Amino acid sequence: MKTFPTGGVHPPENKITANAPIRPLPVTGQVVIPVSQHIGAPAAPVVNKGDIVKAGQIIAAGKGFVTSNIHSSVSGKVNKIDNVTDITGYRQTAVFIDIEGDEWVDTIDRSDTIVQEFNHTPEEIIKKCLDSGIVGLGGATFPSHVKLTVPTGKKCDILIINGVECEPYLTADHRLMLERGEEILIGITILMRALNVDKAFVGIENNKPDALAHMTRLATGFKGIAVHGLKVKYPQGAEKQLIKALIKREVPSGRLPLDVGTVVHNVGTAFAVYEAVQKNKPLIERVVTVTGKFLKSPGNFLVRTGTPVSRLIEAAGGLPEDTGKIVAGGPMMGKAVSSPEVPVVKGMSGILVLSQDEAGRKEKEPCIRCAKCVAVCPLGLEPYLLMTLTELKLFEKAEAEKITDCMECGSCSYTCPASRPLLDYIRLGKTTVLKMARERNLK
Amino acid sequence: MSNLLTVTPSPHAHGKETTGKLMLGVVIALVPALITSIYFFGLGAIIVTLTAILSCVIFEYLIQRFILKKPLSINDGSAVVTGLLLAFNLPSNIPLFIIILGSLVSIGVAKMTFGGLGNNPFNPALVGRVFLLISFPVQMTTWPIPSGFNTSYTDAVTGATPLGIIKGGLKGGEEISVLMDQVPSHMQLFYGYMGGSMGEIAAAALLIGFAYMLIRKIITWHIPVSVIGSFAIFTAILWLVNPEKNADPLFHLLTGGLLLGAIYMATDYVTSPMNPKAMIIYGCGIGIITVIIRVFGAYPEGVSFAILIMNAFVPLMNTYIKPKRFGEEVKNG
Repeated sequence: MKTFPTGGVHPPENKITANAPIRPLPVTGQVVIPVSQHIGAPAAPVVNKGDIVKAGQIIAAGKGFVTSNIHSSVSGKVNKIDNVTDITGYRQTAVFIDIEGDEWVDTIDRSDTIVQEFNHTPEEIIKKCLDSGIVGLGGATFPSHVKLTVPTGKKCDILIINGVECEPYLTADHRLMLERGEEILIGITILMRALNVDKAFVGIENNKPDALAHMTRLATGFKGIAVHGLKVKYPQGAEKQLIKALIKREVPSGRLPLDVGTVVHNVGTAFAVYEAVQKNKPLIERVVTVTGKFLKSPGNFLVRTGTPVSRLIEAAGGLPEDTGKIVAGGPMMGKAVSSPEVPVVKGMSGILVLSQDEAGRKEKEPCIRCAKCVAVCPLGLEPYLLMTLTELKLFEKAEAEKITDCMECGSCSYTCPASRPLLDYIRLGKTTVLKMARERNLK
Repeated sequence: MSNLLTVTPSPHAHGKETTGKLMLGVVIALVPALITSIYFFGLGAIIVTLTAILSCVIFEYLIQRFILKKPLSINDGSAVVTGLLLAFNLPSNIPLFIIILGSLVSIGVAKMTFGGLGNNPFNPALVGRVFLLISFPVQMTTWPIPSGFNTSYTDAVTGATPLGIIKGGLKGGEEISVLMDQVPSHMQLFYGYMGGSMGEIAAAALLIGFAYMLIRKIITWHIPVSVIGSFAIFTAILWLVNPEKNADPLFHLLTGGLLLGAIYMATDYVTSPMNPKAMIIYGCGIGIITVIIRVFGAYPEGVSFAILIMNAFVPLMNTYIKPKRFGEEVKNG
């Protein structure tokens, strides 16, 4: 069974919403749409207070290459343009829209008909992704048009589609594959055209046998798309690990997948690309898993961007009495939010509600040098050493030990029997080393 | 719900493993060997084990409480493991004061002087054992002959270990084929019918514990397999070269605490290397040094010394032998 060779852990899967069909969340009240929901330059608002907007209308435009456009997810009136605390805890500009009705931009095809045929050129597809504000929906939110633009001198021969969903609890991609499999495959075909490749591999972990079987069956009707089951192991959904698992190529340290001739897109992104190209629909809604062991009715919701997280939690039965933590994303790499009022953004694949008991951390004990952190690191780093070097402020040494290779998957902290906050320190060390490197480059 | 949410960096989940559970796992893995020991050596085995464990825990408590004045950590179970392993390295008829002294050296000198759990460069139980071996050579090498639960603690019938018999015989110019008649058969050695330290005799029981530790993921295969492998290869070469002067590799494997050392002592977390590559080099070092001591040196056993010698190289190995980094050596199509 295919998987990546080095390290990895297998936390309890807890996919409690795997059988819950995607339900659309009612569109009411107010949405708060941040202008930066992607990696790169924030978009600049192009609407003013008092403007009437329709769903799908552009409200903030990206400037430059690595950026993205932001669209209104609802119809209504712009209440104000103000700061909002987003999932990172920082404040950023957002467009507040009071919802009135649900009127969409005319050019958007809202029917359920599946449109298979397309005759766009790669340039047209890339333009469409840029115009529609498509970003990587696996969580990293890297603008898709950038990933589809192969720089001169680089070659891409295989497209990899990420249907791994290795984070415990999350089932958004799982449900999307089951319910919108055909659209995803058409989206993959469009991505293949944009990249000018004739082969695509879809990786799905074995804990989703229904999705795996469904996608495998559907893929027989599409040329060049092969679906592969993968052994369940976290962090298989990480780009470099997935490439290694599927096509045995190893992306060099500090380089990109394109350096080994491949590009990775998430199944959710493939679906968004389908909607953008075939339905003319910008990225204004996504599937979010709302989950947690103590929620009354956890589920998967189709939700407009900008909706406050609290409304999703209400739809899942309300916030339990002893809630200790709300995580945007999965338990391994998600971000704990400071308030349930933060808005849903493009990259949010799940909301995980943890009890007081689950929210705490165990007290840190002395390192017993069991070497388990080294054994689970998927990048072959030595977390115990990187933590010590950071504690001692020996940042040059930490740099030589490849601290900047760390992708912050958290396997080390998860595994440590002494509950040491390895990743906290590594993050601190990594940030400092990156800052040092920037200053060096300036000189 | 209280109004405040906990906000911490990821990960927001933690595995079930704790230091205490790992130590308990090691103790469980040693139970079959303990039972074998009690079966062959009777009451003495129980007395020695309890004394060693109790004195190790008490010394750790006293030192942390009154000398270091640090928070107590005896709950982590590491002192229990040290005590148990020290007991396994002693004959079952050894006087109590020697056990207590050995525990003091193990915990006080080898562990706490360096800052307690996680900081000691040398395996505490082995430091205690080697200290006793040098200080009390007679008591430490007077092994009771296994005679079941009737074995008296104070005046057991004693004799040499199989390795001791072979080593002594070879020195006296005798040949292996003759000497082999004076020691138990390989099958007897496998289940533990021989004179020796409490924990070293029962190969079968030690292997059961090894399997348990592998399944429970307490240790990885790297160290035990490389110790046993390099040791077996080296002894096999010597045996093939001159079978009349060298015992066969299986005999060597089943005697003299090789398995106890390879599975339980060399794998001590604190004093073994941090990555698989270094673990294998470390294991091979132990295997080879053990053979050198056994065949060419003065001591019939040698595992303890080999492990302590390799312990000294661990910091060096951790510095210069690195795990294979992802994306470092690229071999693409």
